[in-house]
Amino acid sequence: MRAELLFSLLVCACTASFAAAAPRSSVPPAPALAPLPPPPTVPREVGLASFAGVLSVLQSPRCQNCHPAGVAPLQTDAGVPHSMGITRDSPQVGLDCAACHREVGLDLPNLPPASPHWHLPPAVQVFEGRSPAALCAQLLDPAQTGGRDLGALREHVKHDPLVLYAWSPGGGRTVPPLSHEAFVESFGAWVDAGAPCPAR
Amino acid sequence: MKFVVNGTSVDVSVPGDTPLLWVLRDHLDLTGTKFGCGMAQCGACTVHLDGRAIRSCVTPVVEVSGRAVRTIEGLADGEQLHPIQEAWIAAAAPQCGYCQSGQIMSAVALLAAVPSPTDADIDAALSPNLCRCATYPRIREAIHRAAARMRDAG
Repeated sequence: MRAELLFSLLVCACTASFAAAAPRSSVPPAPALAPLPPPPTVPREVGLASFAGVLSVLQSPRCQNCHPAGVAPLQTDAGVPHSMGITRDSPQVGLDCAACHREVGLDLPNLPPASPHWHLPPAVQVFEGRSPAALCAQLLDPAQTGGRDLGALREHVKHDPLVLYAWSPGGGRTVPPLSHEAFVESFGAWVDAGAPCPAR
Repeated sequence: MKFVVNGTSVDVSVPGDTPLLWVLRDHLDLTGTKFGCGMAQCGACTVHLDGRAIRSCVTPVVEVSGRAVRTIEGLADGEQLHPIQEAWIAAAAPQCGYCQSGQIMSAVALLAAVPSPTDADIDAALSPNLCRCATYPRIREAIHRAAARMRDAG
């Protein structure tokens, strides 16, 4: 009985203390919880196999050359640094990628490849030299995808003209190992499997 | 195809995939812009499109429809040369002179972006502009002179 009384007094004291410090009406609402991702609709093993296909495209020369580890974009299937000393800082001195990489390609030999809004991605978006696990983790981190979540990335790989360029690069350039349709399908299957990442 | 060249509206009847350089030289008689390589490897054909340097030899004219092109002929203000042009003369930058219109247009784009460029900035901005006479040290000097003069002029 004495213990119950003591407990009741303690509860009253605490309630009074909180009420004095913060009126009930000003208590901020609890932050909304992020919605849970939908449950995977594709088995994890299929997702991992699909990611291997995605990886083969991202690390092909047409994609990797503009996602370099260093400051210079790469050229050719050998991935040599861009000629003329071009770096990601070139636009800051008045030399845009689009100075030479125009929106519309001319049907002439040996020209620079062309595509709308030709540019380098932010420096954190590196494909060159990344392990499968690291590249997978990169795709899951919006800070490294320009703020894109998986849904936005799915649209990006499906529709962005600069992505589509990889499959019609002209000039005898090689294309990625998967067709664009198969790439988009693999990307989607990976996402639908819960975006599993390989161990290494 | 309608666009503006050096402040004047022009209307040319050419296929959309005609390189801008061809239109400037052959249709508008603006021959100050030079043909060098025809594949954006030398910079001789550099002009400005909406204030940014581009290689006119690889730019289909359809891309400039409704936009503003500036060529070397449009730099001077009447009889008053652009500070870059005056500095070019003062530093005796050109030797054979073939590349200089492209060099100058790139230099103007550089100074618009970086009013006080370092040697490294100049190298980064003008490396794609080739000079077979190798007057690069004088080109650098001219750009520094022009930058100083433009700063002094406020």
